Amino acid sequence: MAELSVAWGPREENKLIGTDVPRMEGVEKATGHAKYSADINTKGTAYCKLLTCKTGHARIAKLDVEEAKKVKGVLAVHVLQDVGDELFYDGQIIAAVAAERPDYAADGIRAIKLELEPLAHFVDEDDLKAAEALDAEHTEIVDDEKVVKEESAKLGHMVRVKPLADDKNGDVDAAVANAKAVHKGYYGIATISHMCLEPHGSHCEWTGDDSLLVHLSTQNVSGTAGQFAEPLGLDAANVEIVCNYIGGGFGSKFAAGEWGLACAELAKEIKRPVKLMLDRATELKSAGIRPSGFVEVTIAADEEGRITAWDSHHWGSSGLNGGTISPGVMPYVFTFENLNRRASGLVTNTGPQQAWRAPNHPQACAISQTAIADLADKLAMDSYDVFMKNLDQTPRADVYAEEMKIGAKLIDWKAKWHPSGADNGPVKQGLGMALHTWGGRSHAATCLLRVHPDGTVESIAGSQDIGTGTRTAIAIVVAETFGLPLSSVKVTIGSSKYPRSGPSGGSTTIGGVSGPNRRAAISALGKIFDLVAAKHNVDAGTLTAKDGKILSGGNEVCSWKQACGLIGAMPLEVMGEGPADDGLTSDGVGGVQMADVSVDTETGKVRINKFVAVQDCGLIVDLMTAKSQVYGAMIMGIAFALSEERIMDNKTGRYINTDLETYKLPRIGDIGELVVEMYQPDSEYARGVIGLGEPPVIAPGAAISNAVANALGVRVPVLPLTPQRVLEALKGGAA
Amino acid sequence: MRPFEYARPDTEAEALEMLNDHGGNTAVLAGGTDLISLMKRELVTPDRVVDLKNVPSLSEIREEDGGVRIGSLVTLDEMQKHPLLNNYQSLRHVIDGIRAIQIQHMGTLGGDLCHLPNCWYFRSGYGLLAIERGVSLVEAGDNRYHAIFGNQGAAKFVSASRFAPGLVAWGARVEVIGPNPQQSESIPLEHFYITPKLSNQGVTVLKPGQLISHIWLPVARQQQSATYEVLQMEGLDWPLAAAASCVEIEGGVVQSAKIVMGHVAPTPIVATAAATILLGNALTVDAANLAADIAVSQATPLSNNGYKVQLARTAVKRSLLKAIGHPEGGI
Amino acid sequence: MLDRKDKNRSGPSFNRRNFLKGSGAAVAATALATSQELAAAQNNNISKITSAEPTTITLNVNGKDYDVTVEPRVTLLEVLRDDLNFTGCKEVDDRGADGADTVLVDGKATLAGSRLAIECVGKTINTVESLRNGDQVDPVVSGFVKHDAMQCGFCTPGFVMATRAFLNEHPKASLEEIRHGLGGNICRCGTYAGITACAMELAQKGGA
Repeated sequence: MAELSVAWGPREENKLIGTDVPRMEGVEKATGHAKYSADINTKGTAYCKLLTCKTGHARIAKLDVEEAKKVKGVLAVHVLQDVGDELFYDGQIIAAVAAERPDYAADGIRAIKLELEPLAHFVDEDDLKAAEALDAEHTEIVDDEKVVKEESAKLGHMVRVKPLADDKNGDVDAAVANAKAVHKGYYGIATISHMCLEPHGSHCEWTGDDSLLVHLSTQNVSGTAGQFAEPLGLDAANVEIVCNYIGGGFGSKFAAGEWGLACAELAKEIKRPVKLMLDRATELKSAGIRPSGFVEVTIAADEEGRITAWDSHHWGSSGLNGGTISPGVMPYVFTFENLNRRASGLVTNTGPQQAWRAPNHPQACAISQTAIADLADKLAMDSYDVFMKNLDQTPRADVYAEEMKIGAKLIDWKAKWHPSGADNGPVKQGLGMALHTWGGRSHAATCLLRVHPDGTVESIAGSQDIGTGTRTAIAIVVAETFGLPLSSVKVTIGSSKYPRSGPSGGSTTIGGVSGPNRRAAISALGKIFDLVAAKHNVDAGTLTAKDGKILSGGNEVCSWKQACGLIGAMPLEVMGEGPADDGLTSDGVGGVQMADVSVDTETGKVRINKFVAVQDCGLIVDLMTAKSQVYGAMIMGIAFALSEERIMDNKTGRYINTDLETYKLPRIGDIGELVVEMYQPDSEYARGVIGLGEPPVIAPGAAISNAVANALGVRVPVLPLTPQRVLEALKGGAA
Repeated sequence: MRPFEYARPDTEAEALEMLNDHGGNTAVLAGGTDLISLMKRELVTPDRVVDLKNVPSLSEIREEDGGVRIGSLVTLDEMQKHPLLNNYQSLRHVIDGIRAIQIQHMGTLGGDLCHLPNCWYFRSGYGLLAIERGVSLVEAGDNRYHAIFGNQGAAKFVSASRFAPGLVAWGARVEVIGPNPQQSESIPLEHFYITPKLSNQGVTVLKPGQLISHIWLPVARQQQSATYEVLQMEGLDWPLAAAASCVEIEGGVVQSAKIVMGHVAPTPIVATAAATILLGNALTVDAANLAADIAVSQATPLSNNGYKVQLARTAVKRSLLKAIGHPEGGI
Repeated sequence: MLDRKDKNRSGPSFNRRNFLKGSGAAVAATALATSQELAAAQNNNISKITSAEPTTITLNVNGKDYDVTVEPRVTLLEVLRDDLNFTGCKEVDDRGADGADTVLVDGKATLAGSRLAIECVGKTINTVESLRNGDQVDPVVSGFVKHDAMQCGFCTPGFVMATRAFLNEHPKASLEEIRHGLGGNICRCGTYAGITACAMELAQKGGA
């Protein structure tokens, strides 16, 4: 038996791992041949439109769909809410109509008779005082619990403020009293929607009376069959979920969703395939948001710039469940000896939250590392120096220090930095930075590796590629292990009928697929080496696979193809499992970002001049797609730092900017010069594979806000930093 | 969209005939970048859509009466390239600011002039005036993008046209034809826009069955012009405020000046007093600042759009400086 | 780029005839031009007023004529995706602010969701699918792959078509021109850096 170690090979011998490998499905995507769930058009497919709530809070007084059923082209109407039901937010789905064409479905929606009895709404998620005032008026304490008064409940009032945390560590008061500098500040970050360009939804087709095929736009191919099966009364084994391509998820696409089940029900009723993708407004309102956060903070430091105390109370809303940023990540990355933190959740009539890329972290970073930069101003110190001096109060001081030095060099920090607000003229320039951290451990996953007698290789798993390049990473790992070119490995993912894989969330996929594939490939290689050793009478322990050949002591024994010919008539199959404690994967990353901005003080417009990210992530499988993750995260960060926000209208209780004209995302001219530096000394390679999708999206908010504050000499407290907020901050007004 | 008939006239007369069926519940289709989305949201529900793209006379740019006559169906990219428009820089600035090749190819001048307001209450189905149970939603709700001038009545949206400020500053006229094929009148663009008082009124003087056939620009003598739009995003985006200036300088002093602000009121706003103050003086940075102060001195911002006063002020100042080739500053 | 007048255009911009010739399909291209002209001639004769009811119209997509029976209210995007299965163009929002539905109509960058199908009778429509012919792809496509100008890929076809249309018109575009010309498209994953690199490289080579 060949005894092969699964450990990653010496870095310098890698042909593929760590190099720039373009994604395998690039041409399919760039020519429109890649089929997303939204693109599935099997014969007879019916199309859907949705009836949604168009107010902040209401009770259904009347709902009559009979006329709608008679509309030309309408095939069926599926009702999700009934008379008497309460609708809790703008965008909540009431009914779905399936029809021969989308326009007929819209005709059907128009024919539905709906009457709503309005109820009290509250959507002002940054206004803690308003929420407290509502509770003072409409709630009472019964058995130590805050409950809504009976009369108020009839009008739709709800408990609006939920205490979430109140931790105290050390002695904040004493530390503040003894500090050289104390800063009190207010910071905030607005709610954003996931805004997946391919909306949530599915194409459902019954392949028998009790078997269902779902093309689902999902980050969770292996985990959603049961979500359809149980409510539909099916055996999970009779549901197949397929997702070959997904048009964005960012943490919001793990579930079947009520729209998914509605689609399946409609397909069953009309005995035809049905496609139900959310319209843009419903996608923004109902399919996932990232909670807001607002904080009042006191932070103190000694004369050296060492931070000695932190005291914060933050609030915000995740919607009806009244959550906000998890208190556990406040203050962000740093843990101070004297630390008080309180959190309150506001219950708002807004759509539900979903995990958003690095849940809690981007908001926590934006409302805490801004306070650190303002404290640096109070100390009359460069914020870079204050961050550096406090790195020992973070979990990865050495890595951050190295990354800060690299970042500072790339952005020319020391030459360009000036005290905040020191520029003359209407356009002011500034620098800002922030740090982040993330886990990125492997999820549990399995793969089936098949080596055919003709030497071709397949890897099959119920995983998904959410745009990170999962297929390519799998092929790189297998091809590298076998010493083959990338093209000889075929990767098949995207069905729940394949070996189960974890959901793609939390940066767990790259480790999740790399480990099992490496293990399976090493195991298969051992078996092939045994066959070669027996056939060619060499010691299996001397064999290596390289450049399509099997070598012994550097000499060719046979070609890869010849070796595989020894497998026999049937392919060799090996299952790969993970995670395992064998060093292939690990977790825990840092990362530093630095922004150079200009601010036009006459228009409030912020321009990104240069934005640098220095990012570690252990062993990099594909340098090209890894860097793409960082570029993409920086751009997503520029979005929520400068322009992107959910705008709730207090008057109507509605989310009023639900198209891409008013939900402002950066465009190709808005990003400035981006510099991505992957921090990859040998020590990082030695850590094994760690996920990367989340961490670089965390720091942009704080880094850019700090740069704007450095430019202006005034903090614009709430993200995004729109012209309005910038001008109001300059005027000294509230943002 | 609701169902509608589709009509494809070949001549202006035919277009007017087709527009006047169905009691005038018809819509003119030019580039489609606004109308199609309005129909998708059922904010406009015509019985017939009249597609003007096959009427050749509407797609011409030619010299006429010493000025330039531009068909309403001329697309932005055609305007951008046309040598007859070389002297009308303020119009080129607008096209430069529409940062999407698709809109440059599809969008038409007439379509821009008739673009309905982008007010989110209007676009969400609350009507142009956005009044619900007697309450102005704009006043009571989120008005960050709404009017800072001309907002004392019911209408509080801002005029959406990107070209109107520049064209009005040049003294452009629009040729309105219909409802009868023989009817035609030439109206100063300055008088084309109206502020509706009632929910059944439109945003222009156009009556059902009428359309803009051409836009006429007076001869460009020595005037220098510029449009300055405050755009938050570098890509496709609507200005937060804009201003266009057209000035004639002789002997180092301003002989004539016209300043028009856009996206700040239900109609383009002509800043007469601001322009007057410039006359007979050199157009310096100080003069531009003074004119800008005067231009916004009568602003009446709503609860959440005071910042737009500053933006309008900046737009006026920068449009003046840009017109004379002085660095206007800013990013 | 299939526009008849564009066929005679010289210069470095993308030219479908050359593209097809490269793949040994020059004969097909000639035949295709003839059938297009024929179709255009026929289609220009559609009645001046079309009722709101479903009507059969002929659309020329990627060099081939297709008959579809649709109401006038149906958009080009819907016909391309639902009737003809050219699903490269995507529906993202209803205001034409995202560019994911970009196709070329008579060579002009057009938002298929903001154009009625019936408006396109007699015109030449090209979708992103036309940029691949067997193993051969348009340089914009290979550039997007080379620079990893895509992640989830949903916006990518629209961006590819916008880039193609833009470079046809501005074959030697500067960085600033690229940033302005492609501002009609939205990418949520954040692939703008790769797209810029791709467009810049092609512009330095004259757009092809």
